Order: sequence, then structure tokens, then C-alpha cells
Amino acid sequence: MRLQALNLSLHTCQPRCPVRLSSEEVEHVALLARLGLTEEERQRFTEQLNSILSHFQALSELDTSQIPPTSHVVEVANVFRPDQVGPSLTPEQALAGAPDRGDDTFRVPRVVE
Amino acid sequence: MAKALYELTAHELSPLLASRRVSSREVTAAVLARIAEVEPALHSFISLTPELAQQQAAQVDERRASGEEMHPLAGIPIALKDILCTQGVTTTCGSRMLEQWRPPYDATTIAWMKQAGLVFVGKTNMDEFAMGSSTENSAFGPTRNPWDLDRVPGGSSGGSTAAAAADCCILAIGTDTGGSVRQPAAFCGVVGMKPTYGRVSRYGLVAFASSLDQIGPITKDVTDCALLLGLIAGPDPLDTTCIDRPVPDYVAALQAQVRGLRIGVPPEFFEYEGVRVDEPVAAAVWEAVRLLEGLGATCAEVSMPHLRHIIPTYYLIAPAEASSNLARYDGVAYGYRTGQPVTDIVDMYRKTRDEGFGPEVKRRIMLGTYALSAGYYDAYYQKAQQVRTLVRRDFERAFANCDVLITPTSPTPAFRLGEKVDDPLQMYLSDVCTIPVNLAGLPAISLPAGRQEGLPLGLQIIGKPFAEETLLRVAYTYQQATSWHQRRAAPVTETPGRTLVVQPQ
Repeated sequence: MRLQALNLSLHTCQPRCPVRLSSEEVEHVALLARLGLTEEERQRFTEQLNSILSHFQALSELDTSQIPPTSHVVEVANVFRPDQVGPSLTPEQALAGAPDRGDDTFRVPRVVE
Repeated sequence: MAKALYELTAHELSPLLASRRVSSREVTAAVLARIAEVEPALHSFISLTPELAQQQAAQVDERRASGEEMHPLAGIPIALKDILCTQGVTTTCGSRMLEQWRPPYDATTIAWMKQAGLVFVGKTNMDEFAMGSSTENSAFGPTRNPWDLDRVPGGSSGGSTAAAAADCCILAIGTDTGGSVRQPAAFCGVVGMKPTYGRVSRYGLVAFASSLDQIGPITKDVTDCALLLGLIAGPDPLDTTCIDRPVPDYVAALQAQVRGLRIGVPPEFFEYEGVRVDEPVAAAVWEAVRLLEGLGATCAEVSMPHLRHIIPTYYLIAPAEASSNLARYDGVAYGYRTGQPVTDIVDMYRKTRDEGFGPEVKRRIMLGTYALSAGYYDAYYQKAQQVRTLVRRDFERAFANCDVLITPTSPTPAFRLGEKVDDPLQMYLSDVCTIPVNLAGLPAISLPAGRQEGLPLGLQIIGKPFAEETLLRVAYTYQQATSWHQRRAAPVTETPGRTLVVQPQ
């Protein structure tokens, strides 16, 4: 597959898809995602996300108003098991990978002033 | 021609081990020596576990010597993608975020392999959190393709497929969310299968996109694929999405018989956005179809019109699910935490995640978060889920009149390292033939089926839900009539000199 063909489709796509994520919107999404981006990353992601999303505008051509969404391909719901106690991790095992811990706790920076 | 022990398949080794003509210690030593020889050039492993392997091999040999009846795969060395939790052995997912993480439990597939007596030689390289198509997104450096060291092995399970292709293991395991077993299997000239969604337990598989992820075998031929699938398939009370359905005898399905088989060939798999798959790729697929027709199968073209929307559909759904799944990496319970001073907990989260994740993972978290955010959910995420329904219906219609679909696995053979790293959309396009299968939850297998400029090409066979036996039968028939799977990569001699992390016990 060749680069030129895709770029062409991106250009032909642009007039009818006015998606334009601003750098501020990208910063807002980064906050929602709890990602602290550097200025350079924010600029690069703004450019790349705009390119990807404008390509993805092709989906809006399709009328899907009568189509139910698929979230999962298997029809399973509410799988139950008997309510019996089984083996589980000890506090020591659960805490073994913690970056910072107290005696029996995960330690984090202050949450409430 | 005499073959080295490491060149053999599991089904060739199994009777030798069972009759004790060869010990697991000998096979394991041969594989470890082979790894030491070629690994500096390939970098197919993130970590090696030679002491664990020797210990497991010795145990199998002892149990056999005492007359114990063992699983057919007992004593066989296997390479594990570094996304499956292995108790006490680091499981990095190719990420700085989990560089030091030792899981406190085994994945179900790992536990079952341990019970069966498989020998774990190491954890293989991968794109970070399985996001990528070239293994270049690993935080620990790329893997190289054994057929051409300047090319990628494919991804995200590129470490496992390169290891299998270079005889650095007898069997390997990968995971497939959008083609991550099949596309690298095609690029490396080995067999890779994505089983039906729900066929194999995912307990202890680090989640990427939960409605798409599936664990699958990577092997040197179809018989080994059947053996390994038989071991890892089946219901698991620890995974509620794993279907409670008996596991057939997959080895019994290996019959060279396709009389009356109805093959569908969808033209949409040969052209996307006006760009055709490489001519030798198309020729290899048609040659395989003609061969099967010659053995009694019939072939018809089937149309799947919604595949023209497959890339946006997948690259909205998978990142949306990933943005939610990867929220757990917050520097609290396990994994990396920033060493910088922080002002509050949100600042800690943001610094930790910015430092711990690589660019592709961040890009997908951003894309997924945006697609799920207020005001855009309907236009992006819900829209993609509706198109997913249309894609499923296309498959249902196709399978009303045929038993299997035959397509290319990827539009091109392996591309060069660095060729697509700066262009995410171009990289995404190399999955165009494999992602429809994940969106529909179907089983599919990729087989080596030709050459283009000396590089392996892959053939994909797609089946109905839980029709793994049909796939194995068709694939076996093809391999009985061809020899692509018997050809190995030219021996790797160049050694640029890399260091490797060896697990302390």
C-alpha cells in the first residue's frame, strides 16, 4: 500500500469534515486521560489526532440510525458462581509491587487538604 | 537431512520425549544454545528464564522416568509473549510502566501450560501494551525479522513470531486484538491462529481492548497449532467471557480432505481506499484457492461492503476500550511512579503516565478518551459500534453460503524498520485484513503461503464462530500439498551486540 493514495484521500476528505481539534482541546483530553503532556507532545498529538479524526469522518457517510450497536460479540450476561471463599492474595502479596507503601497500605500524595 | 533438536516441531519431539529417546533437558539445552547464538541479532525476547526452563525440564524428565503418563506437550520449550502474567517473573507488556513488575499470580493459560509440563524459555518482545504492528513500539527496542534483519517482524507479537521462525523455541504464544498473532506470523513465515472470541481464557492476560483480545498459538506448522490450541482452549471460572463449551479433539481434525468445502473470497480484502494489496500477495492467495479447488473445494466471490469502513471502526473501538483499561496504571498499587516532586495526586498521575507510557500508547489513550468524551460519544464511539454491527452482518451473510473465507493476512510482506513509525495511519493500514475478524469475534489462521522478494507471505483462513476444526482441516490440507511451512529463515549470523535481561531466580 502506498503513502500517496492515503494522503490523497485525506485531502479529499477535509472539505466535508470540519473536525479541528485545538491545542486547548487536546490539553483538556489529556487532563481527562490523566496524561501530563509536554508542549512538544501536545503539538504533535494535535496534528496527528486531527489527521486521524479527519480520515475517520468517512464513517459519518453511513446512515446507521436503525442499526443497534455491538459492544461485545458473545451473548453472555451475569455469569454467576457459588458464593464460596477461595484462595486470594495476602496483604503482603498485594503490596509487593507497590511503588510506595505503609505497613498494610498503599501510600499516595495527599488527596484532601 | 539431520535436523538439530531446536529445529523440530512439537509433534516430532513428542514421541521422542515420550519414549525417552530424547530428554527434555537435551531439547531445552539445544533451544537455549540456539537463543544464545541468534538472539543478539534478533532481540526477540525481553527476558530469558534459562534457570526456570532447566528446572522445569528436569522435573518433566524425572516424572517420565518414574513412569508417569504425561501430556503430549510435556517437556517442550515455549516462548511466552510478555503480556501474560507469570508469577514471580517480570511481565512488562513492553512498557516502562511495568518494567519491574512481577505478577503475584499466573494467567490461566500459563497455569495450564505449567500443569502440562511445558518449559518456559523466556518472555517475548512486543509493541507496548500490544499497540502496534511492527514491535517497534516496545520500550526495550525493536525485534528484527529473521528473514531480513532490516525489516520488522510485524506486531504486536513480533517477538514470539521471530523466535519461532528462528528456532529460538519450539512453540510460542501471542495475543491478537486486531491481527497481532496473524500479521507477524505472516511476516515471519510461521503459523498463527486467533481462536474464536471466548474460546481461550483471558484471566491474567493484561487487557488492551476487552471486546477484541484473544490469546493464540504461534507454531512452525498446523499440527503444532492444533496441539497447543487443545491445551489452552476451554472454559475457565476465572474468566466470565470464556464460553462454557467442550473442547473438541483438534488433532483429530487434521485430515487432508476439502471435498465439498465452500470457499468464499471477498474482493474487499484485496483493495482498501483504492489501494490494492501487493500483486504477489494476491497471487499467493489465488494460487492457494486454486489448489484447494483442485482437491474438491468450490469457490465463489462474496461481497462484504462494510469493510471499506474497517480502519476507523477498529481504531475508534480499540483505543476507546484501551483508554479505559489503561486507567489502572496510576502509580499507586503496582508499576512505575514518577520520581519528580508532585503537587497533588492528579499531578502524580499525570507525571507517572507521561513518563511511563510511550508515544503510541499515549496517542491511543488520547484518541479513545476523545471518542468517549461528552459531545463526541455518539459521533465516534457509538457510530463505530453500529458499523461493527454492519461488519458482523456482512460476515453472517457471507457464511450463509460458504464454510471458510480465504484472504491475504496483510497487504504487503514485512516492511523496513522505521518505514512507518512516524505515520500512525500508514501503520494502521497493515492490519486492514486482520481487524475485521476481531470485530466479528471469529476464528482465523494465518499460514505461510509464498514469497515476495525472499520474504514470507501469509494466507488467512477465516471461519464461523467455534469452527477452529474446519480451519485446521483446511490449513492441514494446504500444508500437506505445499512446502512453504518447511522453509526456514536463512541462518542469522550478524550480531550487533545487544544486552539481554536474564531473570534472577
